[in-house]
Amino acid sequence: MNLILEKRELAPQACLFVVKAPRIARKARPGQFIILRPDERGERIPLTIADSNPERGTITLVVQEVGKTTARLGRMQKGESILDLVGPLGQPSHLEKFGTVVCLGGGFGIAAIHPIAKALRELGNWVISIIGARKKELLIMEEEMRLASSRLLIATDDGSYGRPGFVTDAFKDLLEEGIQTDYCIAIGPVPMMRAVCKITEPLEIKTVVSLNPIMVDGTGMCGACRVTVGGKTRFACVDGPDFDGHQVNWDELVKRQGIYLEAEKLAMEMFLHPEGACHRRGEGDAH
Amino acid sequence: MPIDTKERLKIPRQKMPEQDPRARATNFEQVNYGFTLELAQLEASRCIQCKKPTCIPGCPVGIDIPGFIKLIEVGDFIGAARKLKEKNCLPAICGRVCPQEIQCETPCVLSKKGRSVAIGHLERFAADYEREQGEVLIPPRPKPSGKMVAVVGSGPAGLTAAGELAKMGHEVTIFEALHKPGGVLIYGIPEFRLPKAVLMAEVDYVRQLGAEIECNAVIGKRETVDELLASGYDAIFLGTGAGLPNFMGIPGENLNGVYSANEFLTRSNLMKAYLFPEYDTPIVRGKNVAVIGGGDTAMDAVRTAKRLGAKNAYIVYRRSREEMPARDEEIHHAEEEGIEFRLLTLPKRILGNDTGWVVGMECLQMKLGEPDESGRRRPIPIEDSEFVIEVDTVVVAIGTGANPLVPRTTPGLETNKWGNILVDEATGQTSRRGVFAGGDIVRGGATVILAMGDGQRAARAINEYLRS
Ligand SMILES: Cc1cc2nc3c(=O)[nH]c(=O)nc-3n(C[C@H](O)[C@H](O)[C@H](O)COP(=O)(O)OP(=O)(O)OC[C@H]3O[C@@H](n4cnc5c(N)ncnc54)[C@H](O)[C@@H]3O)c2cc1C
Ligand SMILES: Cc1cc2nc3c(=O)[nH]c(=O)nc-3n(C[C@H](O)[C@H](O)[C@H](O)COP(=O)(O)OP(=O)(O)OC[C@H]3O[C@@H](n4cnc5c(N)ncnc54)[C@H](O)[C@@H]3O)c2cc1C
Ligand code: SF4
Ligand code: SF4
Ligand code: FES
Repeated sequence: MNLILEKRELAPQACLFVVKAPRIARKARPGQFIILRPDERGERIPLTIADSNPERGTITLVVQEVGKTTARLGRMQKGESILDLVGPLGQPSHLEKFGTVVCLGGGFGIAAIHPIAKALRELGNWVISIIGARKKELLIMEEEMRLASSRLLIATDDGSYGRPGFVTDAFKDLLEEGIQTDYCIAIGPVPMMRAVCKITEPLEIKTVVSLNPIMVDGTGMCGACRVTVGGKTRFACVDGPDFDGHQVNWDELVKRQGIYLEAEKLAMEMFLHPEGACHRRGEGDAH
Repeated sequence: MPIDTKERLKIPRQKMPEQDPRARATNFEQVNYGFTLELAQLEASRCIQCKKPTCIPGCPVGIDIPGFIKLIEVGDFIGAARKLKEKNCLPAICGRVCPQEIQCETPCVLSKKGRSVAIGHLERFAADYEREQGEVLIPPRPKPSGKMVAVVGSGPAGLTAAGELAKMGHEVTIFEALHKPGGVLIYGIPEFRLPKAVLMAEVDYVRQLGAEIECNAVIGKRETVDELLASGYDAIFLGTGAGLPNFMGIPGENLNGVYSANEFLTRSNLMKAYLFPEYDTPIVRGKNVAVIGGGDTAMDAVRTAKRLGAKNAYIVYRRSREEMPARDEEIHHAEEEGIEFRLLTLPKRILGNDTGWVVGMECLQMKLGEPDESGRRRPIPIEDSEFVIEVDTVVVAIGTGANPLVPRTTPGLETNKWGNILVDEATGQTSRRGVFAGGDIVRGGATVILAMGDGQRAARAINEYLRS
């Protein structure tokens, strides 16, 4: 059992949790994740370790509500416990002094990129971070990102804050300024990571992305998380989650992320309306 | 009234009552009901109590087989269960899943004259009786040795090693990566063969012997083996199993609807996806499902697919029926449940549609040639024999390899070219002092009882190591 010591709403449907997990906190490195299961009937889902504090014995998770399990977490309060939590999993991000590094974050990806940006800056890199959201209210962790970066750019789709447009538009501005970029990291929804790679590939800027396929065990046992990188099948939970973005088979990843769309819709509906949805039991077919 | 040997030999082998195949192919309840008291005593009376029992050497943990069978015959069922537990702390499990036909029952003297004593069924009976009567005896805790042992992995190897070490007075902690203990017994073998309640009762017995079980602990990630040794553990037993799924490397394997057997079974068993949406984890319920492989894992996967609602569930295997490594009982049960066997069939590629879903599998027809190194006749493709099976789900069950998490993070731990940990056969000692290993991580995919035998042998060796 893992006690929730703090809970904060960062934006509508995005919460930050500080959870007691001393032995994970001691080992966690930027880029790693945990897998949790909120309760006995729950699903195992991966979440990035957004921060860890070995002295307090805590880790920080930032959860964006997109379906049943994340919505269930969103309703958990300080003082409650998460039934199962395992980690740290995955390979830590590769960190060294590259020079000028651009860190792009979208959605929960902002929380995931935050420890990486911080660590890169501590290594003496010039870190330019670009974060974005659909609109101002949905933007998370602006202050933390400002502190972690040498320079921070913001984009919102509706133009309610920062540059109107996507983070990739802000990235293009930056490149037009003539900033020489030595290394790029992008974490967020697949379309965003993919768009970043489209920009950097012709410019030959090495670009690392953090892939988020569906996972179950997180230890290399099931193969649910397989992704194709450079024409080879890799297990994202043990070989990644970071990979060379220019080598990723994005089409396959998008398709695989959608395997359970129907079932996920049903689970969410039943979570929101437990009475009404009962008669639909058993309609778990994915297609 | 005592019966003589001749009378005993006349009694036919008793059959275990089973759920009707048509009914059971649609539910996840147990296939075998177990012996009744009468059937058990009748079957027990078939054992002629050999002076030099040839059955015992066939059991990797050396159970006193005539001893426990005699106790069943005379009606001391609890006594029989306790006799079993002298050598085997998980009898209700072994009675269900041991391949008895190639272990204890083959060397039984009656196997020549007709049919061997149903040792496995009797073992299951005694263990179930004890559990159901609630009379499980916990041996008194021995004097603490003051030594601490870490066991990595809670499959049959780890559970056995931990139980034995606790009985010897050592402080034992099992570290398990998943959220529930049991290894393959919880994530792989389905409810209809091994009910989770039976497994949990036997896991609890190991706990009551004094072993602690800590789940959600991935060794090699959260702590390395060296960190465990540095933090006060005096010895370590590695029972991490063979959990790395093999794929075939054919085109289309990453399409939606293609699973490794590990994922398919883990979703259904450990995560209870067959109860979705009461449980949150989903699974694809295919209408036409092909399971590639011919072992126990393939049988479990194909029978699970059938129970999840498949109209057609196929076993696709490249050799013939004789070469199939699965237990006879499982193949037989699968056939009864309406599983179709596509033998001498080799998948060549999996076909998908534009949305990325499986729609078929192209296969080659095979024929059998000369025997290969394994002594089995080698399958050879017949030219231009390609054909397509229409399927929407494919489960790849062609074996598993060793998970490299622990070897990779433990300097000096020697492995063979497949990644299996090298050990001294008699003791389970690895190339690292104080570190022992057993079960599938050493043998590659083997059996529950061999893993338990390894756990028991290593426990004895660890005890000697700690006391010297
Ligand atoms: C390495 C990694 C790190 C991640 N870090 C974070 C994070 O820090 N914060 C955050 O909010 N989200 C993170 N995610 C995504 C998060 O795991 C999914 O949003 C979550 O699993 C959705 O579950 P759900 O039941 O709420 O939604 P569902 O309705 O079940 O699913 C919504 C979508 O999420 C994906 N998904 C569903 N189940 C899983 C699963 N078991 N594993 C992975 N993806 C799944 C699918 O693409 C699905 O279409 C991460 C994913 C990965 C792989
Ligand atoms: C589907 C299926 C059906 C089978 N049916 C039969 C049968 O009918 N009869 C039979 O005799 N055999 C059967 N087998 C084979 C049998 O289950 C195995 O031989 C046996 O379970 C091996 O035991 P083990 O203890 O070595 O490993 P496992 O049972 O594999 O257990 C290993 C455990 O270690 C954990 N682990 C791994 N790495 C780490 C780590 N780094 N840190 C912490 N924990 C870790 C795993 O999560 C797992 O729980 C079957 C196998 C499968 C897959
Ligand atoms: S444990 Fe297995 S091999 Fe040993 S007697 Fe029992 S059924 Fe036979
Ligand atoms: S060999 Fe067969 S008959 Fe003889 S003791 Fe063993 S089980 Fe009984
Ligand atoms: S999540 Fe199971 S192998 Fe990666």
